[in-house]
Amino acid sequence: MSYAYYPGCSAKGTGRSYEESLRAVFGALGAGLDELHDWNCCGASGFPAVDAAKAAALSARNLALAEDARPGAGPVDVVAPCAGCYRALLKTERALTGGGEMAARVTGALGAAGLRYDGRARARHPLDVLVNDIGLERIAAASVRPLGGLRVACYYGCLLVRPHATFDDQRAPTSMERLLAAAGAEPVEWPMRTRCCGGSCYCGGPLIGALPEATLRLSYRLLKDAQRRGAQAIATVCPLCQFNLEAFQRQMNRTFDEPIDVSVGFFTQLLGTALGLSERALGAQRMLHWRLPDPAAAQGGAHVRA
Amino acid sequence: MGFSSPKLAPGRAVGAAADRVLPQFCIQCGTCSVVCPLIEYMDHSPRVLNAMLTAGRHEDVLHSRAIWVCTSCYACTVECPKQLPLTESIYALKRESLRTGTYPRRFITPVLARQFVRFVNRRGRSSEAWLSLSLYLRTRPLQLVRYAPVALRLMLRGRLRLRLDSVRNPAQLRKVLDALDATDVTTTGEHA
Repeated sequence: MSYAYYPGCSAKGTGRSYEESLRAVFGALGAGLDELHDWNCCGASGFPAVDAAKAAALSARNLALAEDARPGAGPVDVVAPCAGCYRALLKTERALTGGGEMAARVTGALGAAGLRYDGRARARHPLDVLVNDIGLERIAAASVRPLGGLRVACYYGCLLVRPHATFDDQRAPTSMERLLAAAGAEPVEWPMRTRCCGGSCYCGGPLIGALPEATLRLSYRLLKDAQRRGAQAIATVCPLCQFNLEAFQRQMNRTFDEPIDVSVGFFTQLLGTALGLSERALGAQRMLHWRLPDPAAAQGGAHVRA
Repeated sequence: MGFSSPKLAPGRAVGAAADRVLPQFCIQCGTCSVVCPLIEYMDHSPRVLNAMLTAGRHEDVLHSRAIWVCTSCYACTVECPKQLPLTESIYALKRESLRTGTYPRRFITPVLARQFVRFVNRRGRSSEAWLSLSLYLRTRPLQLVRYAPVALRLMLRGRLRLRLDSVRNPAQLRKVLDALDATDVTTTGEHA
């Protein structure tokens, strides 16, 4: 089984360990990821604020390239780990297959460059692929180093489930909880899991911090609530959320009352840990703040640097 | 399957026609304002924006910071009992405010959006490092000092990519984007 893979800008930069852990996990489970040849930016939320048709055309080119790489009549699944990219591809896929004036213009523009989108390529998020294609049974069986009841808060953020929910409930998603429970974690109940992290998703790069004070406050509220609910780690599905929740904990502790000390990683890093993959393979050395209790030390509560 | 179905029909999320239905169908229930995570940073709440549009204060809405504070998280769109495409209409208002030059001049996010588009137009890809650096230099150079420690920590861990990436076939991408300029129906065109 092999999927087309759309990394997006963050997976090559601040979210590098997302790509590393994603590849490691898919490899361990026998699923291939073929990076899209010559992919371009998804347009994020900056492009639609300037030109809607061109924003759609950006993702349309990526979908067309994915189809081009896999000729035939069958569907082409494009795995996009960043929730922002995933949503951009999904939005375009729906706009182009739904017909209308914009679809006609974008299709025409693709044609002008010798490209074509037949509606075969479709956006998939790796969480969806892991839970619904590979399956929880296989993942549980492959978890040679189960997470030992690690209390995880599963954070979905905004764009994985909105505006289109494709593989999970829009208000109360459970895919990540089920996945990480299969890997031996103990997900905590967390109603804030689909609330916005403060959205630096403006333009495809979490470093930007368009409204730093807003991002800091919104991310702090999420972390505080997760911490109060006993979370030892937060699992994320988006490089921008991951960055916002991880990188500014020091600043939060200088700004707000309640001290924050939670590991924030990618869900693929936690899953990979259970699959017995090495810390280096999962990009753990790239994290700013990543301390998980060692499952082997059982209830000892000893923290090891991962 | 037990999954709630998406509220927007396929294709409805994109399109100018859908943006225009906003004011006359809004019932002013305020659900959008309740679920908006950024409301405390807005000069007008989402509900008030709708009220302003109904009252014909379109210009004031275009001048507002509120539309540029929206991070497009789609919480309002999903919860709106009238199923109005609120987030998409805010996107449309952003575009109109850029087109007509009515966007708040001293606010950062319109600058960012255009800067980003310029980056992507030129190279086909964005660069986290260079885009943020150019934005900070343009809007708040002194803040760079504050973020330098985080940037350094990222760099030491190989998470700050300084190489400027480009697509390998920029001519092809250019053709796609230029073809859309040719069919653009908006009178003044889009600025990037």
